[in-house]
Amino acid sequence: MNRHAILAIYRFEMSRTWRTLLQSIVSPVISTSLYFVVFGAAIGSRMARVDGVSYGAFIVPGLVMLSLLTQSIANASFGIYFPKFVGTIYEILSAPVSALEIVLGYVGAAASKSIILGLIILVTARLFVPFGVAHPVWMLGFLVLTAVTFSLFGFIIGIWADSFEKLNLVPLLVVTPLTFLGGSFYSIGMLPPFWRSVTLFNPVVYLVSGFRWSFFGVSDIGPGVSLGMTVMFLTVCLAIVFWIFKTGYRLKR
Amino acid sequence: MAGGTAAISIEGVTKVYPNGLVALQHVNLDIRAGEIFALLGPNGAGKTTLISIVCGIVNATSGRVLADGHDTVADYRAARRKIGLVPQELSTDAFETVWATVSFSRGLFGRRADPAHIEHVLRELSLWDKRHSKIITLSGGMKRRVMIAKALSHEPRILFLDEPTAGVDVELRRDMWDMMRRLRESGVTIVLTTHYIDEAEQMADRVGVIDRGRLIVVEEKAALMQKLGKTQLLVTLQHALPDVPDSLSPWRLELAAGGTELLYTYDGQAESNGISSLLRQLDLLGVEVKNLQTRQSSLEDIFVDLVHGRP
Repeated sequence: MNRHAILAIYRFEMSRTWRTLLQSIVSPVISTSLYFVVFGAAIGSRMARVDGVSYGAFIVPGLVMLSLLTQSIANASFGIYFPKFVGTIYEILSAPVSALEIVLGYVGAAASKSIILGLIILVTARLFVPFGVAHPVWMLGFLVLTAVTFSLFGFIIGIWADSFEKLNLVPLLVVTPLTFLGGSFYSIGMLPPFWRSVTLFNPVVYLVSGFRWSFFGVSDIGPGVSLGMTVMFLTVCLAIVFWIFKTGYRLKR
Repeated sequence: MAGGTAAISIEGVTKVYPNGLVALQHVNLDIRAGEIFALLGPNGAGKTTLISIVCGIVNATSGRVLADGHDTVADYRAARRKIGLVPQELSTDAFETVWATVSFSRGLFGRRADPAHIEHVLRELSLWDKRHSKIITLSGGMKRRVMIAKALSHEPRILFLDEPTAGVDVELRRDMWDMMRRLRESGVTIVLTTHYIDEAEQMADRVGVIDRGRLIVVEEKAALMQKLGKTQLLVTLQHALPDVPDSLSPWRLELAAGGTELLYTYDGQAESNGISSLLRQLDLLGVEVKNLQTRQSSLEDIFVDLVHGRP
């Protein structure tokens, strides 16, 4: 195992975060705070409790998930796309590093950033609405698993993309709608039966539901099912990454 | 292989791109440890593809490459640790500092952090004063130095320089030549591709010429110039001749410059080159000679003959 290489990539990616602190951390925290001000304090105070939880607290896990998903994808996709764009990928490809080590470096850094951001958002949310965490270990588990899974997904997007437009295509047109329709702001129990069934095909529902369960002990879907679906998505992403490095898809000519 | 151990062994390497372009056709080449090898060829000949295959950036369609005895695919870790690459394009992490990017390269190649070595490399390349500068603020020549520093950061034994002096000024070019000589003296094998034939003439121990994906010549530079080079005598005449007199036919002269110049090509290494007898014959014919000049063909002449003389 080339641990020096993993650390080099990891540190390089993390240093980009500190260099672009405003964009990496401050900007998502501000936008999430705005969600809490509008949906939590302004509108939330006029809404009924959901599953026995105040609306302001109910949306906390969903909003953390929203940031976690978008930032994991953005961090990992940009991390691998940028060296391709500027040509420095030659160094990664000619170095004595395995696919696993490259993934550990890039995805590890992207997931770390998202987890840090997720925790910062949780602390920020606590300033706006009171809530507790019923199952802290599960909460951390879901946080880490989701960050890693979606960082892997972002890594795949970064390798697939051959333009900045494509880099933003999947997050904008697929991930954001799925997140908004994945129960971030509502319980899927509020939906009519038909749409509730349709929603079950949305993988984000399982992430939000499992994460919410770790906070309040109640959820639309059992935590076991949520965990299983997240692990399944992680496995699919790992398989795709394995295939990419085996074939050199979009990396080697 | 004759004449030393192979630092790089390229065995039957062929590359066919998905669009059908045959970039390399069964290339066999041994590069000796400790030599400077210049790979010459016109644009699109396959030089960069060959280097990219050796370094792991491009997959070969068939054949194999050994770096210091290690297969570059099956035993890629050991092989790649030996190799440093300076690509043709100026690809750098624009927002990183010189120190950070060179240290990153060392780590990437599996080497423990060694600030003393990084300092040595930066000083060698006159980058020490710029170590805290962001790369985006550097000139093109400085960026080229940074790329070399990155390639040297992990102390490679084999260094690939793909067009290292393209677009750099004369001073930097001389600096780079000096650096290459110092590296060679320290035992580093250098493979150089260049468009500047005089660079190969100055630096290389051996020369390989690649054209349309085929390696057409591999030879010691001196032997190549002796074997394929020509020596010519240019005789400038006082008065123009309408054509070459019949009595001068044994010398196979060419008439040039409107009849005022005679060009005699001969074997510079031969015991008797025929110059004295030619001058006597000209005197007998009453042809007045204004000036005499000899010239040896350069590596560039040989290269042009090799590449453009092929069907």
